[in-house]
Amino acid sequence: MPLPKVWVYAEGEDGKATSATLELLTKAREIGDTIEAVYSGADADTIAPQLGEYGATKVHAVDHGSSLSGVIGGALLAKLVGDEQPDLILFAQSYDGRDAMGRLSVKLDRPVLTNGNGVEVDGDTVAVSTAVFGGNTIVTAAFDGEKPYLAGIRPKSFAPEPSGGGAAEVVKVDSVDAGRAAEAQVLDHHVEEQEGPKLEDADVVVSGGRGLGSAEAYEPLVEELAKVLKGASGASRAIVDAGWVPYSKQVGQTGKTVKPKVYIAIGISGATQHMVGMKGSDNIIAINKDAEAPIFSVSDLGVVGDASKVVPKLIEALKART
Amino acid sequence: MNIAVCVKQIPDPATPGELDPETKTLKREGKLILDDSDSYGVEMALQLVDAAGGGEVTLISMAPNDEVSGLRTALAMGAAKAVLVSDPVLQGSDALSTAKVIAKAVERAGDIELVLTATESTDGYTGTIPAQVAELLGWPSLTFAKHIEITDGKVKTQRQTEAGYDIVEASLPAVVSVTAGVVEPRYPSFKGIMAAKNKPVDQAKAADLGLSDDEVGWKGARQQIKSIEAAPERQAGEKIEDEGDAHERIVAFLEQLKVI
Repeated sequence: MPLPKVWVYAEGEDGKATSATLELLTKAREIGDTIEAVYSGADADTIAPQLGEYGATKVHAVDHGSSLSGVIGGALLAKLVGDEQPDLILFAQSYDGRDAMGRLSVKLDRPVLTNGNGVEVDGDTVAVSTAVFGGNTIVTAAFDGEKPYLAGIRPKSFAPEPSGGGAAEVVKVDSVDAGRAAEAQVLDHHVEEQEGPKLEDADVVVSGGRGLGSAEAYEPLVEELAKVLKGASGASRAIVDAGWVPYSKQVGQTGKTVKPKVYIAIGISGATQHMVGMKGSDNIIAINKDAEAPIFSVSDLGVVGDASKVVPKLIEALKART
Repeated sequence: MNIAVCVKQIPDPATPGELDPETKTLKREGKLILDDSDSYGVEMALQLVDAAGGGEVTLISMAPNDEVSGLRTALAMGAAKAVLVSDPVLQGSDALSTAKVIAKAVERAGDIELVLTATESTDGYTGTIPAQVAELLGWPSLTFAKHIEITDGKVKTQRQTEAGYDIVEASLPAVVSVTAGVVEPRYPSFKGIMAAKNKPVDQAKAADLGLSDDEVGWKGARQQIKSIEAAPERQAGEKIEDEGDAHERIVAFLEQLKVI
């Protein structure tokens, strides 16, 4: 039997709902009767049609002003759950989603099951499954306490599918009291120039690791190949930790999950930390000097070789085709 | 300026993790080490205290069996002291219970103006602790910082976003989570290592922090492990040795997949 009411903590970007939000709405339709979204942002009216198209009948919204969106979102949820009585609230395991679920869990004194990649409902039992140890093992845990249950789900866990519903009704809340948490103010946005698709949405992802040899090799090998293939560039944790590229590029357990059509791993040995984030790709190509590298155990095409030799030739050959 | 840094002592990530079939928790029996993710927070805190021209860095850690080996590494880097919460009743604690322990330990340390954490731990990686600790303390949280500045009782950060970064500011006290790779953690000097042996580690039990057995451990986690299963394995495909023409094979494969 489905749950009577499932909420999705919605997030937006450039006037559109994020892909992770649409994935969660799609899943919510499968496990719940009434599906509603909760949104912290000024443009609820703009994204309401899209939220409706994926199954939300209502969107409860507040404008977070210059405070952090997730912080205000957590306070909005806390304000609403008493009257609205949702059974389950799904969050994307994103920057703002993590702020919102963390804040809310304390306000309600409820645990959050995080990093889920599956949600099951069996009678009254709601369980979240999570891939651990590089995706070798799936642990399924059931909530055992009072509702609402809170679950953080990794983006790319479900495929988004529209339901064809009409625009969600926007129910605005004037303001919420987040206490001192609201004092964290966003003073300015810096947009770094980005070509091509986003890491999580790209059909082709090219990632680099320690085997590149130096930070300087990332741009001409990884970024250039991604550009030629109209894809996005990613990274292993090792080179994020080393400061070669920012955290937002990290693919893996403590980074992002990607499921592109083709994933190209350059100089990545394939630590379990990395594998959990890319094992779900349709096709994997790995280039690595070490023939014994674990990455070859999951690759469809493995090239044992020097990336600094193979990749420039590959880029040249691809450029020659166009 | 006094800064607390949350540090986790974890099993060496180089050895594959295992679940205890009986308790269904991560096996954490061997020697624990300082989580690499936390070394950035420790380094950042040391730099901020230096820049402020005074104050000290206090480590906050929750670990089984009075484990201190990871703490000693951070003390050797330059932290002044530590609060270590170790108690069998904490076994099975989830992120919320852990956050309760950390928030109480920060209060116990006293006179803390800034709490630094990693964005997530390497072994548990729930990623919710920074916001939870901040909410428990009633403080603002500035998460995913890649740069931190302290001026006139305010903390200003560059917060990582998908598109770039935001400038976020709040008054102190506050919690800031630090992304990896943003500073280069110093190696402990020999002198630092020797000094670390005598630095104070204040050991506390859950009850010393005013936490009851119901709030932490398995009871506090309010969840039941239903199953632990092997995930479907991915099959390895073709593997070739590059003899100067491997790029041609890759091009052919990409053609076959119709991405070019």
